[in-house]
Amino acid sequence: MVLAFFAYCSLVSIVAGFLTVALKNPVHCGIALLTLLLHVAGLFVLLNAEFLAMVQIIVYAGAILVLYLFVLMLLNLKTDERYLHSRFALILFAAVAICGELLLLIVGSPFGGLKGDAPTEVVLKDGASYAIGIKMFSDYLLQFEIIGVFLTGAIVGAIVLAKTPTSADIDNREG
Amino acid sequence: MVPLSAYVALSATLFATGLIGVLIRRNFIIVLMAVEIMLNAANINLVAFSHYLESMTGQIVALFVIAIAGGEAAVGLAIIIVVFRGKISTNVDEINLLKW
Repeated sequence: MVLAFFAYCSLVSIVAGFLTVALKNPVHCGIALLTLLLHVAGLFVLLNAEFLAMVQIIVYAGAILVLYLFVLMLLNLKTDERYLHSRFALILFAAVAICGELLLLIVGSPFGGLKGDAPTEVVLKDGASYAIGIKMFSDYLLQFEIIGVFLTGAIVGAIVLAKTPTSADIDNREG
Repeated sequence: MVPLSAYVALSATLFATGLIGVLIRRNFIIVLMAVEIMLNAANINLVAFSHYLESMTGQIVALFVIAIAGGEAAVGLAIIIVVFRGKISTNVDEINLLKW
C-alpha cells in the first residue's frame, strides 16, 4: 500500500515536472506545476511530515502558484513560435547524461548516519507540528527571526520594484 | 517500506528536470517555475533524510526553504513586471542589458 502510494506520487510528480518544462502555453505549465506541488505534498505525508504537507499545499499551491498565474494573466503573453533555447538539443543531451550518472551513483551507494533524537514513535505521540514547533522556537529561533526579516525585505523590495511610476518619477528620470 | 535511495533518486530526477528547464526555456516566468521544481526536489531530499535519520532538523530547514521560495517568487515576478513595462519581452535571451 505504502509502496503503491509512493509509486503513484513519484511517477505523477516526475511526469508533471517534465510537462512544466516541456509544455508550450505558460498557463498549462502553471497547472502542471500545481500537480507537481500537490503530489510532493502527498510524499511528505508518506514521510510523516503532515505539517509540512499542509504548508506545502497552503503556501506553495495556494499562494506562490496563484502569484505566478496572476502575473501570467496580467502580462497576457503571446507564446512565441520558438519557445526553447536555440541550442536546446545539446543542453538536453548533457543534462540527461549528468542525471543518468547521478542516478547510477545514488542507487549504488549506501545511506546511513548518526540517528537524531526524534524517532517516529516520539514524533507521532504529539504530532509533527508539535515536534517542529518545539524545535523551531528553541534551537532555531535565530534562523526563524532572520527569515522574518528576509520576508519583510522581500515584500518591501517587490512593492518598490513593481509600483507604478508617478509623473514625478518620470520627470526625475528625464531631467 | 520504501528505501531511502528511492526518495533520493526521485529528488535527483526532479532536480535535473528543473535544471534542464532553467537552461532550455526562453520565457522568464517558466524559468522561475523550473527554479521552484528544483527547490521542491531539495525539499523532498531534506524531508526524506529527516524521516530516515530520525531528526526534525530537515523538516525545519524545508520550512525555511519554502519561505525563501516565497520571497524569491515575489521579487522575481516584480522584476518581470518592471522589465515587461519597459516594452521588452519576457524572453531571457532578449534581456541582455543591465542599463539602457
